Amino acid sequence: MTRRIVAVLAILGYVSLHLPLLLLMLGSVNVSRSGARWDGFTLEWYRRLLHRHDLLVALRTSLIVGVVATIVATGLGTLAALALGRNRWRITRAVEALLLVPIVTPEVIAGISLLILFSAVGMHLGLLTVIIAHATFCLPFTILVVMARLRGMDRSLEDAALALGADEFTTFRRVTVPLLMPGIIAAALLAFTLSFDDFIITFFTAGPGTSTLPLVIYGMVRRTVEPTVNALSALLVIGTTVLLLVAQHWMTPERVGTNA
Amino acid sequence: MTRFRTMLRDALHRSPRFEAVVLLLPAGVWLAIFFAIPLGIVATYAFRPRHILGGVYPGWTTVHVVRLVEPLYLVVLQRSVLLSLVATLLALIVSYPIALVIVRATRWRALLLFLVVLPFWTSFLVRTYATIFLIRDTGLINHLLQAVGVIRQPLRMLYTPGAVLFGLVTGFVPFMVLPIYASLEKLDPALLEAAEALGAPEWRRFVRVTWPLTLPGVVAGSMLVFVPALGSFLTSDLLGGAKVELIGNLVQNQFTSARNWPFGSALSLLLLVVVMIGMLARLRLDRTRTRPRRGT
Repeated sequence: MTRRIVAVLAILGYVSLHLPLLLLMLGSVNVSRSGARWDGFTLEWYRRLLHRHDLLVALRTSLIVGVVATIVATGLGTLAALALGRNRWRITRAVEALLLVPIVTPEVIAGISLLILFSAVGMHLGLLTVIIAHATFCLPFTILVVMARLRGMDRSLEDAALALGADEFTTFRRVTVPLLMPGIIAAALLAFTLSFDDFIITFFTAGPGTSTLPLVIYGMVRRTVEPTVNALSALLVIGTTVLLLVAQHWMTPERVGTNA
Repeated sequence: MTRFRTMLRDALHRSPRFEAVVLLLPAGVWLAIFFAIPLGIVATYAFRPRHILGGVYPGWTTVHVVRLVEPLYLVVLQRSVLLSLVATLLALIVSYPIALVIVRATRWRALLLFLVVLPFWTSFLVRTYATIFLIRDTGLINHLLQAVGVIRQPLRMLYTPGAVLFGLVTGFVPFMVLPIYASLEKLDPALLEAAEALGAPEWRRFVRVTWPLTLPGVVAGSMLVFVPALGSFLTSDLLGGAKVELIGNLVQNQFTSARNWPFGSALSLLLLVVVMIGMLARLRLDRTRTRPRRGT
């Protein structure tokens, strides 16, 4: 009896999570504009996307911002994780606790505080400010992900390399880095997704001409429900699914090896 | 150059602490400049005279902080906290069964987990839009209800507090499921078997064993829902229209149309204080939970 109630609640949960997205995807190939009725299959809305020059420009901006912010956040994050993940001093534990502060700070506050900083130092809002903002909110996440990987790693392999006569640098390059790679890739994927999806912080730190895809979608959604938005959303959902499948493939237990 | 490298390596080698500091420095400086210092500036802006074009004048004032306690804004704060609490509770009611089903599943486990992780990674904006598409006046739900004959006029669902609540709950359910799932997975099945052998019925096993042992996951998940819900403005903006104003919308307005940066900063400080109270409550709860209890 209890099991049945649990199952029913879980099914309701899954339905509420996925039904809107499924209907949206159906709506993107539906002739009917409102999507309330099935009027036949069409790719018209996707065809119209190709003519939306602003969307292509925004996609380019999103990709540039995502890639640069990911490189910065993953690079700085990996270095910091190496310091935090290997040592368990009181101070590193304090630093770890401090890392949670940017994570729990509401995005709207992070956004306005960067806006205030940029305007105080006279920086024009543009590509650079968006990249800085994105790298900043991704950084604590990349540190935590790489650190988790470092903690789950079999450290005896490094000891073995050292015992077999490899110097510290060789050990780092040939043993530590390859073992750490799944964590670094996971961190980079997380950073890129966070950046690509971000709306709130970008809203405050982007200038005219540097709208990312979410900003343009927001503008379209606020105005009206258009089938082209359905098509664009469907593409984003499909893209996320593919990326996620690739990520899972990369982080399967066989590849990760010693990961706990 | 090589000599410099050897020197550096030797220095690093000699002191692990020095090495740790060098490795932490870039990220630390970055977060100081682009996170900590801006927050500090926000704190000072809350006490500055307002500049009509955005920004502030030099000098100090307490008008913005005093304004916070005006009933108009207290109502918004109250609504935000209440809505976030209810959203957290509903998310828990939806998430716990999902986590249980995933843990109990054998064949479909990977798929069921994937179906929770997927929305977790999908753009929040897209998911909010999908909700609009479903519940608006000419959306599928209204269309079906009218076709069946339950209603004549379309039911107003969009731009209501209920729509905002639905958006928050479905938006943040994955954040709640994953920590609960993680703690359920760590649960030692032997404990449940022992309870069963001792004659505890299923509900009792849940209340006395499963629930207390997964409470850390529940608390972590609740924070992951409560905090972003409290600071959200996208959900209330798109699903609530102008009718369901939350503190996040209020902050946003001060920095866009209202151009009152100091008051927006004061509101942000208030929001941050509420979030920190929640965090501290969580830490306290963690501490009392990890202490072994006797006699129960």
